[in-house]
Amino acid sequence: MSPTAAGWIVLALPLFGALALGLGFRLWRGPVAGIIGTATIGGSFLFSVLALIGLQGKDEQHRQIASSLWDYAKVGGVDVRMEILVDPLSVTMLLVVTGVSTLIHLYSMAYMRGDEGYSRFFAYLNFFVFSMLLLVLAGNFVLLIVGWAFVGAASYMLVSFWYRRTTATSAGIKAFVINVVGDIGLVLGAILLLSKTGTVDFLDTFAVAKETFGEGGTASTGSLTAGLLLIMVGAFAKSAQLPLHTWLPDAMEGPTPVSSLIHAATMVTAGVYLIARLHPLFQLSETAMAVGACIGLATLLVAGTIGLTQTDLKRVIAYSTMSQIGYMIMGVSAGAYVAGMFHLATHAFFKALLFMAAGSLIAAMAGEQSLDKMGGFRRAMPFTFAAFVIGGLALAGIPPFSGFFSKDEILAVLAEEGGWHWILVVGGYVGAFLTAVYTWRMIFRAFWGPPVPEAKELEEGHLHHADVHRNPGTGEIEDTDVGFPGPEHHIAERALPMRIAMGGLAVLAVLGGLLGIPKVLTPLEHFLEPTFADVAHPAHPGTGLILGGMAVGTLLGLAGIYVAYLIWARPLERGEPATAISAGWQQRFAPIHKLFVNKWWFDELIDLLIVRPTRAIGRLSHDAFERLVVGGALMGGATGATRGASALVRRAQSGFLRSYAAVVLSGLVVVLVVVLVAS
Amino acid sequence: MNEALFFFAGPIAVLTALGVVVLRNPFYAVLSLVVHLLSLSLLFLLLYAPFLAVIQVMVYVGAVMVLYVFVNAYVGGADDAGGGPGRPLRWLAGLISIGVAATFGIALLGSGLTAIDSDGAEVGADFGSPGQIGELLLTKFLLPFELASFLLLVAAVGAVVLARRRGGTLPGETRMIAALDLLAPTGTGSMREGIGAINPVPGAVNTKLPSGTRPDGGTASGGTASRDGGEDR
Amino acid sequence: MDIGWYLAVSAIVFAIGAAGVITRRNPLLVLLCLELMLGASSLALLAFAKMHGNLDGHVFALVVIVVAAAEVAVGLGIVVALYRNKVAVDVDELRELHG
Repeated sequence: MSPTAAGWIVLALPLFGALALGLGFRLWRGPVAGIIGTATIGGSFLFSVLALIGLQGKDEQHRQIASSLWDYAKVGGVDVRMEILVDPLSVTMLLVVTGVSTLIHLYSMAYMRGDEGYSRFFAYLNFFVFSMLLLVLAGNFVLLIVGWAFVGAASYMLVSFWYRRTTATSAGIKAFVINVVGDIGLVLGAILLLSKTGTVDFLDTFAVAKETFGEGGTASTGSLTAGLLLIMVGAFAKSAQLPLHTWLPDAMEGPTPVSSLIHAATMVTAGVYLIARLHPLFQLSETAMAVGACIGLATLLVAGTIGLTQTDLKRVIAYSTMSQIGYMIMGVSAGAYVAGMFHLATHAFFKALLFMAAGSLIAAMAGEQSLDKMGGFRRAMPFTFAAFVIGGLALAGIPPFSGFFSKDEILAVLAEEGGWHWILVVGGYVGAFLTAVYTWRMIFRAFWGPPVPEAKELEEGHLHHADVHRNPGTGEIEDTDVGFPGPEHHIAERALPMRIAMGGLAVLAVLGGLLGIPKVLTPLEHFLEPTFADVAHPAHPGTGLILGGMAVGTLLGLAGIYVAYLIWARPLERGEPATAISAGWQQRFAPIHKLFVNKWWFDELIDLLIVRPTRAIGRLSHDAFERLVVGGALMGGATGATRGASALVRRAQSGFLRSYAAVVLSGLVVVLVVVLVAS
Repeated sequence: MNEALFFFAGPIAVLTALGVVVLRNPFYAVLSLVVHLLSLSLLFLLLYAPFLAVIQVMVYVGAVMVLYVFVNAYVGGADDAGGGPGRPLRWLAGLISIGVAATFGIALLGSGLTAIDSDGAEVGADFGSPGQIGELLLTKFLLPFELASFLLLVAAVGAVVLARRRGGTLPGETRMIAALDLLAPTGTGSMREGIGAINPVPGAVNTKLPSGTRPDGGTASGGTASRDGGEDR
Repeated sequence: MDIGWYLAVSAIVFAIGAAGVITRRNPLLVLLCLELMLGASSLALLAFAKMHGNLDGHVFALVVIVVAAAEVAVGLGIVVALYRNKVAVDVDELRELHG
């Protein structure tokens, strides 16, 4: 099978699944919807593997294959085709997306079993996968933007999945609005590039980029930089980078599999993929690359510090996601493409795993997400605990887990580039330390210490169910009908599909490093070579640098875990309550804690700089312009004039035949007089 | 001779016309109009229009005026009440009619038509004879002639439709029932229904005035012009 | 006899008829006044026919008489219908179409 044919089938299967589930949602009873959803995505994964095999069968120069079905639009010399681009980069992304999606669908089959919106959930999820695959496979800017926007819409639908929760719907709106800001940036950037290159096709754009924007080209480098910065606005919004990141923590209002799939493994990495996809353009603009790298660094540090102070389990992982994507953005922006994609893949594995484990833990707490109320789940949930530990070790970068190799490879490449990139390296290592601390803070608080009542109940063999269902954020009382979470909870220990999914991801999280052990085993780098062959000065860090970086990374990771252990695990084991421990530390670092726990006041800053002025302008235009000018003068004037004129004319329509006759005859007289005067 | 006849018939025509307008009793007004039309036909004769003069007498005086007298007798011939809401119209009417007459007069005098001050063209003895008019009607004015006949047909049918009794019966009248009438409610299609006296339309706005302000039914000579004056009679 | 005299009579009668249409309230009398106006116009037509020595005016006058007859038929039919349905025979009462 040719890779492009496989690519089209990969696209078609989730679309078919979404349509079948969405249109026939009344037909599917029981777990049928979940089986359909999982099977279509599983099929997609199989065909992605076929695409990989097909691509391996070609020689290296011909591994970038574009295929178009029909003309989408052909206007003004621009030919937009329904076109996919199958090359090592997109196939790598395909494998990650479909693979992780299959496991998460499998997980959702059990996890969402009690929800009233079961079919709807899988329809949305399949639609999301279709959109994501469209984004990944797009062979030109237009399809990319279509997929990009579809992904945002799917994210909105899934964040607001429990649509009767006001917090969920407002979080969905926030996510959608911020994503649309990014979409606008992306569209404007694409148009700017189109106006200079005259084509929307990726391969054509790359081919003419050097002549157009290089030395002596027809367009200035400034316009390229402007276009790329606009595109990066889109990438940053989707990937939750500063300052467009505030939607991601709120998006945790969605069901946990959604957080796992969309807001950790796939959608939020679209920005990374986009920069890697457009690397021939970024290579030409030093400024854009530098901006991307700095934003990535800032995000990874800010998110890491916020993660230290959050008490909501899912939000801790969400900030961790932001931070890890910061690494990837920093990497791909600074030229470490292979390393960035490598980290993207491994992060998808272990972060999806962490979210799944968190979902299992939250289910055991009957929907409660606060770390303050958890503790001592080690014995009650051994499988979940194991998943957390594997995910946590991978995230903290402890060898030989996957995160260790990928993160250190990014930092090693940056170090090799030298110069001001050393700032990025140092920041990255600081971030690595923070990562280890907040990850293990979360794990220690949830699993160490004396068991909470829910854990004890579970140890006795009974899964805790809340008498009254509440919104974990606000404490509002909810029922369990459609639009709210279902009445039943499912934990990994008791649901085989969840165990299979988590087990698969755990294996990947452990062994993912095999994709790229520097100098020893580099299948990913070798596979991606055709895509990144045009990179001018690929940085290959020396053995000393690699080993040194690995040593520093390992030490920092272990140090972080040890610090977390000192602060949390030891006092917890001694029986100190978790809240007391945190209160003590909060007092010791009061100013910094205030900064971190308020998320660096980004929400407030955006509120102050954008929301409030916009609202003020809106209110002004409503009060002054709309009410006075439009409502008062224009509409009121028009209706008033019409009413007055009609009242005047109405009086003439008295209904008296004789007055009509009088008017007609008066008219005759007037006409006669006029004629006489004129003659 | 011509002058004598004209100054005999002309003033009579004007005076009787005034009589039609001024006389209160409709019967007298009709009689006045009869005299007016007779004098008018005399004027027609003076204008060499013998055929039309005869037609005028036959159609108007012979047929139309008889009809007027009949209807007048049938309706009751109540005196026309002056005044009412149209009282200012009386003054206005005078002004307008004077205006019309004045402007016409000025138009005639100042028209520059020299022939006005003459006896008109010399015409033969058969000018205006039935034969010549008949020839014109069947050649040059064939279409207007046919249209006029059609107009008369429509008017005749219309008059029959207006004056006949439909569906509804008057109080105390026995009703003749056609087969299809059984399907319709009583009075369907009658004018009484049309004015809302029976079979009120569902959902229609009730425009009846409160009973206190309603002019007493039947005579309808009240000064107040109630907008639904005829509704429940 | 000058044509102008006939035209003068026609104009005066027309004006009187117009005044009558405006002032009378009995529809029967309104119709009578309309007959006056129509007769006046017939007279004018015939006068001009004589002036030009052309018979076309006679045909028009004939048509006017036809129109008058038709108008009488319909008008009187309406009057009879009004009377029969116990609606006031008064043009001022017939103002359902006022604005």
